[in-house]
Amino acid sequence: MNRFKTLIVATLAIFSLTVQADAIMIRGATVHTMGEDGTLENTDVFISGGKIQKIGRNLPVPQDDVYVFNAEGKPLTPGFFAGITGLGITEVSAVEESVDGSLALKEMRPEFNVTPAYNPHSSLIPVTRIEGFSFTLLGADTKGSIFGGQGRIVTLNGSYESFIGASVLFINVGRDASSLSGKSRAGQWMLLNQAMQEADNPPASNEASLLTRSGRNTLLTYAENGTKTVFSVDRASDILEVLRFAQTYGLKPVISGGAEAWMVAEQLAVANVPVLLNPLANLPGNFDKLGARLDNAAILDAAGVSIAISGAGTHNARKQRQMAGNAVSYGLPHEAGIAALTSNPARIFGIDNEQGMIKLNMPANVVLWSGDPLEVTSVAEKVIINGELIAMESRQTKLRDRYLPENPDMPRAYIKP
Amino acid sequence: MHLKSLLALLSILVVVANSRLQAEPYPSTYSPLASNPTLITHATILTGTGERLDDASLLIADGKIAFVGEGEAPQGITTIDANGRWVTPGLIDVHSHLGVYASPNVKAHSDGNEMTDPTTPNVWAEHSIWPQDPGFSRALAGGVTSMQILPGSGNLIGGRGVTLKNVYSNTYQGMKFPGAPHGVKMACGENPKRVYGERKQLPSTRMGNMAAYRAQWILAQRYIDDWAAYEKKVSDGKDDAEAPSRDLKLETLAAVLNGEILVHMHCYRADEMMTILDMADEFGYKVGTFHHGVEAYKIADKLAENNVCGALWADWWGFKMEAYDGIQENIAIVDRPQGSCAIVHSDSSEGIQRLNQEAAKAMTRGKLAGMDIPPERAIRWITSNAAKSLGINDQTGSLEAGKMADLVIWNGNPFSVYAKAEQVFIDGALVYDRDNPDLQPVSDFELGQLLGVAK
Repeated sequence: MNRFKTLIVATLAIFSLTVQADAIMIRGATVHTMGEDGTLENTDVFISGGKIQKIGRNLPVPQDDVYVFNAEGKPLTPGFFAGITGLGITEVSAVEESVDGSLALKEMRPEFNVTPAYNPHSSLIPVTRIEGFSFTLLGADTKGSIFGGQGRIVTLNGSYESFIGASVLFINVGRDASSLSGKSRAGQWMLLNQAMQEADNPPASNEASLLTRSGRNTLLTYAENGTKTVFSVDRASDILEVLRFAQTYGLKPVISGGAEAWMVAEQLAVANVPVLLNPLANLPGNFDKLGARLDNAAILDAAGVSIAISGAGTHNARKQRQMAGNAVSYGLPHEAGIAALTSNPARIFGIDNEQGMIKLNMPANVVLWSGDPLEVTSVAEKVIINGELIAMESRQTKLRDRYLPENPDMPRAYIKP
Repeated sequence: MHLKSLLALLSILVVVANSRLQAEPYPSTYSPLASNPTLITHATILTGTGERLDDASLLIADGKIAFVGEGEAPQGITTIDANGRWVTPGLIDVHSHLGVYASPNVKAHSDGNEMTDPTTPNVWAEHSIWPQDPGFSRALAGGVTSMQILPGSGNLIGGRGVTLKNVYSNTYQGMKFPGAPHGVKMACGENPKRVYGERKQLPSTRMGNMAAYRAQWILAQRYIDDWAAYEKKVSDGKDDAEAPSRDLKLETLAAVLNGEILVHMHCYRADEMMTILDMADEFGYKVGTFHHGVEAYKIADKLAENNVCGALWADWWGFKMEAYDGIQENIAIVDRPQGSCAIVHSDSSEGIQRLNQEAAKAMTRGKLAGMDIPPERAIRWITSNAAKSLGINDQTGSLEAGKMADLVIWNGNPFSVYAKAEQVFIDGALVYDRDNPDLQPVSDFELGQLLGVAK
């Protein structure tokens, strides 16, 4: 029995997706700290116990079992933000039973929270993190309701203990919500106001109510605790309405989508409200997005609005850095492009002590890039999540390695990379 | 000549002119915009034929490419010093729904999928195109000079596609690529069986898909035979010759079997693509291009052997079961065998604006997997290979003397996230200039929107 146990442990060690070493020394990187220290040339980073222990030049190797590699001046950044996704709660979008981010009850259920459905063993997590992504915000969507439900930030370490930060509430506003609120944009504000008032002052037992007791408690939590509410909204006038609504009820809003956010950049800056946006959105896809333009990110950033990249979706979340690159191509400063994938989303969701920066005593979530991290011809070369070096493999790299050899003798089912 | 024979001949001519053999109903009215002879100098030129020329020149005259590399140019003509800039053929997207799923994507603009019958070879995507789609202008700013507009994939046989020049016009006929062959869109797999299966109707399975296509080909063969029998009777001078009634569905399918219409087959899974190739053998037609082909890498050698193109995405995957095995090396692996025809396609109003970036990602993954893919090879995926798929490679898709002057001047290496198309020429006419707002088209829909908003 003991031998059997040992065998299992050994097998697990071999096939574990992380490389075992007590500590990691990265030599000579261009370190984008995304903090006060800015970008440091030819700098070493020492990682041990899951944390960043030292940052400096010519650091001594303090112990024996250290995995040392030379970065040769390549960029080292914090791990990137994958945006709002369904990573770990979606396997195949069109296979209903593999999708858990969406509740099909046509009721107002802000208490719906996707986190218990999270599966750290989803094949999408290795696919995403080997491209340099270390965290995501799980999105929630309740079909038929303007209250999407709640999600939370997850670190892509593939473990059962992945969640960080507070829960986040999602509310849909504007065109997408119109069909959920009696087919009127005004109806959604009527319902949202009533819901918030119900939370504050529960209806009598014989009165009709929009929410369950649990739903009311959920809304109260967001109104009282200052945790973030993400409003999915595009049209400029709707964004201003969100600002008024949030202020009325003490919610801390984040704009998601924000195709026309540039039109109200000053108001967003004054209210200190951040925007999660897709910098590729430049078409009038609907009447809420007539103002969509490629320099939305650049305009907001220049106005002092904190922006983060989101919108590449779940399976192709790795496209986020190409999206940031395009924002840079249309006027966003390069370092602001990296911030939009690292420190900005980390600050927006209050997890900047865990993700988004390279700072002493912080969990080591860092990526070494072959070149400019926002360039489509660059790739992530080394990915470290919570201090552990991630094996650069996924179901996709396995398929690649199965099919790369030409004319194998046996069927490819026998090639098991 | 006997009167009878003369009458017979005349009746054939009438048939040819009036019915199923009319060369091109809804004909193209496209004519190139005015152009000046233009000399481009000191450019890095990717010809689209696999060559790269450094510090090279290119002369545009009479809407055509007069020379590439070195040559004599007339004195005093417009000269563009492209030092530090790159020139490529105009990009071509073989899979677009611009115009048939136009922006804004309101229900009234949903014109791409005639999902009332699983086989609709009688519908033509061109009859759905809204030429005011703002997406055409965005694609132009991305260097796209030609594209094929296809019906969607809800049906087994979705209908005819059409190839356009990317120029604004009040009519689609004004955009229609002169002389381009018609395409037909067909679809494998999940979409048709889902759409009709949910209605408890054939097809609800992949075997149902196959049975339904095969039934159509059998009808098309009989249609060809019926017309041949009629024409023989006419030419034999038989008085009782009665023309078969014209059938728009079978007319399209007969033209596929006769090799006049190119087959564009939406298909994800490797095994299904091979089944489709067997069906093409069974009925004696050719599949021109598999579209999407997320598993094409599993049969890359077979695609090359059969001279079939693969129009693919760089990294899009996982949205449905048949897209679960997507890998980022797909395009590079399909490109690897001798005689291959790998293409980067978009199927997206966003993706069509960045075909160069999509190709750059695929090139990067191929290189990392050990394949030697320089820019002069990768550019073929979005130019000459795409032109071959559409049957327009004699006219465009590469920079060669005598071809249409469809080309792009980029601000640098196009395989970069920071690359921008600075100037775009179609048939020698400068139709887009990034530095000149006067040369940036705006669709009717966008004109006058958001008045009073400071831009």
